[in-house]
Amino acid sequence: MSKNSSNTVKEPLIHFTKRDDITGIKSVLVHGIGLLAGLIVCAVFIMLVTGLSPIEVYVKMFQGTFGGDVTRLKALHHTAILLAISLAVTPAFKMKFWNIGAEGQVLIGALAAAFCMLEYGNTLQEPVLLLVMFLTSMLAGIIWAIIPAIFKALWNTNETLFTLMMNYVATTLVGYFIMVKDRSGRSDLGILNERTGYGYLPKLFGQDYYLNISIVIFITILVFIYLKYSKQGYEISVVGESQNTAKYIGINVKKVIIRTMAISGAICGITGLLLVAGSPTPSINESIVGGQGFTAILVSWMAKFNPIIMIFVSALVVFLGDGGASATDALKIDSSVGEVLTAIIIFFIIGCEFFIRYKVSFRKRQKGDK
Amino acid sequence: MNSSAAIELKNITKTFGSVIANKNVSLTVNKGEILSILGENGSGKTTLMNMISGIYYPDDGQIFIDGKEVVISSPRDAFDYKIGMIHQHFKLVDVFTATENIILGHEDKQNYNSKKATQKVKEICDMYGFEIDPTKKIYNMAVSEKQTVEIIKVLYRGADILILDEPTAVLTPQETEKLFNILRKMRDLGKAIIIITHKLNEVLELSDKVAVLRKGEYIGTVNTAETNESELTEMMVGKKISLNIERSVPVDPQDRLIVENIDCKNREGVKLLDNVSFTARSGEILGIAGIAGSGQRELLEAIAGLQHLETGKILYNNPKTGEVDDLKDKTPMQIRELGVRLSFVPEDRLGMGLVGNMDIAENMMLRSYRKGKSIFLERKSPRDLAEHIIEDLEVITPGVTTPVRRLSGGNIQKVLVGREISSAPTVLMAAYPVRGLDINSSYTIYNLLNGQKEKGVAVIFVGEDLDVLTELCDRIMVICGGKVTGIVDGRTTSKEEIGLLMTNSRGGENNEQK
Repeated sequence: MSKNSSNTVKEPLIHFTKRDDITGIKSVLVHGIGLLAGLIVCAVFIMLVTGLSPIEVYVKMFQGTFGGDVTRLKALHHTAILLAISLAVTPAFKMKFWNIGAEGQVLIGALAAAFCMLEYGNTLQEPVLLLVMFLTSMLAGIIWAIIPAIFKALWNTNETLFTLMMNYVATTLVGYFIMVKDRSGRSDLGILNERTGYGYLPKLFGQDYYLNISIVIFITILVFIYLKYSKQGYEISVVGESQNTAKYIGINVKKVIIRTMAISGAICGITGLLLVAGSPTPSINESIVGGQGFTAILVSWMAKFNPIIMIFVSALVVFLGDGGASATDALKIDSSVGEVLTAIIIFFIIGCEFFIRYKVSFRKRQKGDK
Repeated sequence: MNSSAAIELKNITKTFGSVIANKNVSLTVNKGEILSILGENGSGKTTLMNMISGIYYPDDGQIFIDGKEVVISSPRDAFDYKIGMIHQHFKLVDVFTATENIILGHEDKQNYNSKKATQKVKEICDMYGFEIDPTKKIYNMAVSEKQTVEIIKVLYRGADILILDEPTAVLTPQETEKLFNILRKMRDLGKAIIIITHKLNEVLELSDKVAVLRKGEYIGTVNTAETNESELTEMMVGKKISLNIERSVPVDPQDRLIVENIDCKNREGVKLLDNVSFTARSGEILGIAGIAGSGQRELLEAIAGLQHLETGKILYNNPKTGEVDDLKDKTPMQIRELGVRLSFVPEDRLGMGLVGNMDIAENMMLRSYRKGKSIFLERKSPRDLAEHIIEDLEVITPGVTTPVRRLSGGNIQKVLVGREISSAPTVLMAAYPVRGLDINSSYTIYNLLNGQKEKGVAVIFVGEDLDVLTELCDRIMVICGGKVTGIVDGRTTSKEEIGLLMTNSRGGENNEQK
């Protein structure tokens, strides 16, 4: 049917053909094999480079994250934050709007929360203060997200560059805020409202982070329902699949782009609030989001934009990142070893996509070519 | 005239699966000669040329160049045999200059020397009379300039055999004249030129010989001096074949959609629709015939609210209220809110009419998901509709949850037409609804359209097979280059009459003769 059917071209040794579809079980199996292969390659790497037992490293990785009581809560919280940002970018990605500005959208939400804590901490009642913080953080995230969306919708500007640049604006604004608040030249304002505790999110069951985790669970369910069962979620899918079809059935594509980015931005803004006010030691600095806005892109893609799978992918990424860091720490090996392990595993899991999409077959017999 | 053959094809055959694209095609082009290849859409012209230029490889047959048999298995081979093809869609790098594009990929075993290259480009321009600024960037160029760059590119590479795929499709009459002068000059300098076209007047004006293809088959070659328009048309469209499509007499036709003097331009300012006027009546099938790209798509999209119009009116007579609404420049949503029951089966089924990755039920939802106040989707009725269509139209699918892109072409079309009919339209527009469909599916579609007609729907059918058009439609409007060249009665017209109207790019003239 195509060019390579011509009879002068030799049939190649390995043949890749596109698969129609793959069953759920097979897909899980392929990913399982990928993960296992990744772990084996990691094991070889660990033995060659550090001379340690790979089992020991893996055990330490687990102990450093989901193994101990204290570390588990931290790892869960870390997972929740990463999950929240991943959920935030997902509606936009489903629409094929490549928002890589979650980092800045979260940061600006965090800044809004910190600003409210410091400015209105002693003037507003606690519930009112929390409400104001919540709304300003959300609004800040929305503004940061819809500026590129409006430009995209009206003038078809490149959203990737635009959202990326907005990150730097957010970072600079945080730097400026810190400089204005504290003229001593530090890069941090320390713990905000440390003595008064104004604007701290309440503890759920007396535990740090429980409220944050609960809020993220709630957001997960909302995003899942929104994308799967709402009319707006359906419009997002149609716009993402084909803008021509969307226009043909009368969807206002511009409106959907702006609305969807507003939702992305709102979730990012709320995540920023959780990062600041949801912490037992709230603080604000330029690197408070710590690159999770970018990691979230990876998580969202690896989960194929499915909010439920995203929970597990976030946990895996946190396990590799935090676990790798704590294992290298505990075993006194260079921290870059942990990063290499993370990279190998993620490489293998993403590599699975190839085998999900294509079937590999080998040439059976060599025919007499001319 | 130098009479030695530059290229000769003998019994070339090429099939794609079960579709025969070319069957036993034999051609000869001499040096210093222009050959036109004439044929309707899908007659295999481009496939044939792609085999000469190394993009496809023939299943059977031989190619001779300068009398020697050759194997052309890649574009590089073609280039080595000094064959140059100018494609319909230009293959240029936008941010490069003309010169950079011309020398791109050309290995002359020397270091890149922009001065020398520019010099050589200038020489070629002077030799053939091209007017181009070699330092101009492609994105600043008009379409005709881009085409010039493409032509210079193949000449720069030393091509002696030039193939041009519908070179005049994108040009204004003045630009066409200029191009023809250049082509004549090339011919006089001994190049062999093949142009693919379906414009009869150009064939007669420019070429020395004409080869005609019809549905993949080679009909014959004639000398241009010894032929005329009607002979070529007959060779191109063939004798009438009876298809036995039912055609009932329209019952109580009323003017439903009145299109008045609409104009539409593309971004380059070329008119895609030029003063188009017609009326579609209820209970009647109005056929639209024309070479692909004559403005059919723009016309339907304008009615559907997807295309901006310069001037004119699109009036809709509402049969329920008796009101008349102008649909010009309204969005599809606004048109629907006016109570206009317009259904549209677009040409691009998976890119516009349906979403390939969604299942049948979800595709049904495209039209109906807004119903109701709830913010959530109602999935039951689209699912019922999907099942209903699968049963009624005998759609072959593993189930309602199969993504439509995995269905066969005919089944995809049944899903799309089924959905569009299900909303009880008063106007139904269908663009090439049987393209790529097998006989049985095609007849299912004809019956569906006839059924709608009998229900009093104004059906607009854009087709390409003249046999079908003349058997199915009550009236046939022919367009050519965005202009209406005639509206004929489907019962009394002939394929030749339509064929002549279709290929008359000057527009109007032919009408006066008749």
